[in-house]
Amino acid sequence: MKNSVERELPENIMNKLNLRPYKSTEIGNPEIQRVAPKVRTTTGEGKLVESLEKVVKDNVKNGMTISFHHHFRNGDFVFNQVMRIIIDSGIKELTLAPSSLTGVMNNLVIEAIKKGTITAITSSGMRGELGEFVSHGGLKNPVVFRSHGGRARAIEEGAIKIDVAFLGVPNADKLGNANGMEGNAVFGSLGYALMDAQYANKVVLLTDNLVPYPNTPASIKQTQVDYVVKVDKVGDPDKIGSGATRFTKDPKELKIAKTVNKVIVNSPYFKNGFSFQTGSGGAALAVTRYLRQSMIDNNIKASFALGGITKPTTDLLNEGLIAKVMDVQDFDKGAAESMHTNNKQQEIDASWYADPYNKGAMVDQLDVVILSALEIDTKFNVNVMSGSDGVIRGAVGGHQDAATAKLTIISAPLVRGRLATVVPDVTTVVTPGDSVDVLVTEVGIAINPKRKDLIAKLSKLPGVKIYSIEELQKMAAKLVGTPNPIEYTDKTVALVEYRDGTIIDAIKEVKK
Amino acid sequence: MEIKRTAIAGTLESSDIQIMLSKGTEGIQVTLKSDVEKQFGDQIRKVITSVLKSFNIENAKVTAVDKGALDCVIKARTITASQRALEIADSPEWEVL
Repeated sequence: MKNSVERELPENIMNKLNLRPYKSTEIGNPEIQRVAPKVRTTTGEGKLVESLEKVVKDNVKNGMTISFHHHFRNGDFVFNQVMRIIIDSGIKELTLAPSSLTGVMNNLVIEAIKKGTITAITSSGMRGELGEFVSHGGLKNPVVFRSHGGRARAIEEGAIKIDVAFLGVPNADKLGNANGMEGNAVFGSLGYALMDAQYANKVVLLTDNLVPYPNTPASIKQTQVDYVVKVDKVGDPDKIGSGATRFTKDPKELKIAKTVNKVIVNSPYFKNGFSFQTGSGGAALAVTRYLRQSMIDNNIKASFALGGITKPTTDLLNEGLIAKVMDVQDFDKGAAESMHTNNKQQEIDASWYADPYNKGAMVDQLDVVILSALEIDTKFNVNVMSGSDGVIRGAVGGHQDAATAKLTIISAPLVRGRLATVVPDVTTVVTPGDSVDVLVTEVGIAINPKRKDLIAKLSKLPGVKIYSIEELQKMAAKLVGTPNPIEYTDKTVALVEYRDGTIIDAIKEVKK
Repeated sequence: MEIKRTAIAGTLESSDIQIMLSKGTEGIQVTLKSDVEKQFGDQIRKVITSVLKSFNIENAKVTAVDKGALDCVIKARTITASQRALEIADSPEWEVL
């Protein structure tokens, strides 16, 4: 069975799980039924409990789906505390459905898989040893990778039914009112966790900072929370995000960033009230700085910035160059603090951010987005999930979702070391080429031939060479040579969903 | 030509390769460590071996630690290591270059 981006999908698994192959970026106007969680009613007495063990034993049963958020990133202390207890309790056959998995969780996830505690995983991504483990067939059932918007959709539709959500927060009161902004291990927006708080049957908050009732502003509300557990520490603030954002000095990244800025400024979207999203990579941060100068020079202001937020973006907010920041997560301390102090920085949940089955998500209003790529192919398909060696080492994140913007720019170097970034076919298709408009590399840009309007607009940019993407691919191949093809077995280790739940690619087990 | 001493060229910086040559008795034996072994291992070995052959080195132990070097870099580092190992760095064999 092939989908519309020519990817071979495993027919038996597709049929067994009743999955549909990816067809189109068009979502249309389907009517969908949302689900609602089971609620054990209470007046709120006895929510505050001492023993995490007791909460786990009373609530987590064989075969359940449990979830976590990844806002603490590599400073997370919550996941390992909870998973240790679950493994030691001998609970089996759980589905792990976190918003994403970070490196600090890897060891315990692998242990839980080996012991039969976890038998299925859905996540935005995975890296390091866990990626290696899964890519070499360590988990029996294929992992399902979803975008942040896709996860929100799956939760609302009931494709992910969370039995128990364990959510770490830097503050909470005894009834469960909590936010991500005050306390020791602060991370700002609770965007991804808000889905779990709203839709899980049981919501367990873990906090190291009990505050007087009622706690405001409450991002997670007492109406959603079953238990509040006091723990020693929920996270390491130094590892949650980079402290001060470093500005890249890499001349290649700076050249790419400058070119990205030229593309934006000369596009039809650069006008008063435009909106944009940038990622957290070195080039993306540099773009924000160049864009700032262009906005000042041209007296242009943005209506909003969206997505994962960094300090360079909140600086523009403070300067009045952006009217609003719509914030689903914060990548550094500066951005997290700004959410606390600036009421023009709005916390949004993953559904509001990017859910395609919605009455309108923020990404649908987005003019310009700058995204990165591990690989991009001559069909403009982008891979942010697996390395050129076939091993899982990334995350869908908001890539597919934000790529629905009116102008989607992929910024990437032509080659990284000996690996070509621009390739004939990506290892794994994550974002379909239909939603990608311009590729910016250090040698020049390639415009998706479907965007004739952009080709006309951008054809005479001073200092920017335009190539066809095939030319860029050949240039890369000439530099690095042609790699031996990666060998796979027949076993499917992961499926990548498009944001609407159709399957855009399958990842096979890598031969040892 | 016989290798006279163990010699090294190159660094462990990204996009470089470090080549160490020492005496051997059983032909050219390449031990390669590379993140792109799967994709480019054969090619890297081929470049190293062909440079050694051009110096008429028939027996050598090669330890190569690759950090994603391009062929031109691999070639340059192997030439330098060879000249040092053969103690001809002061009078290079221009025809090999």
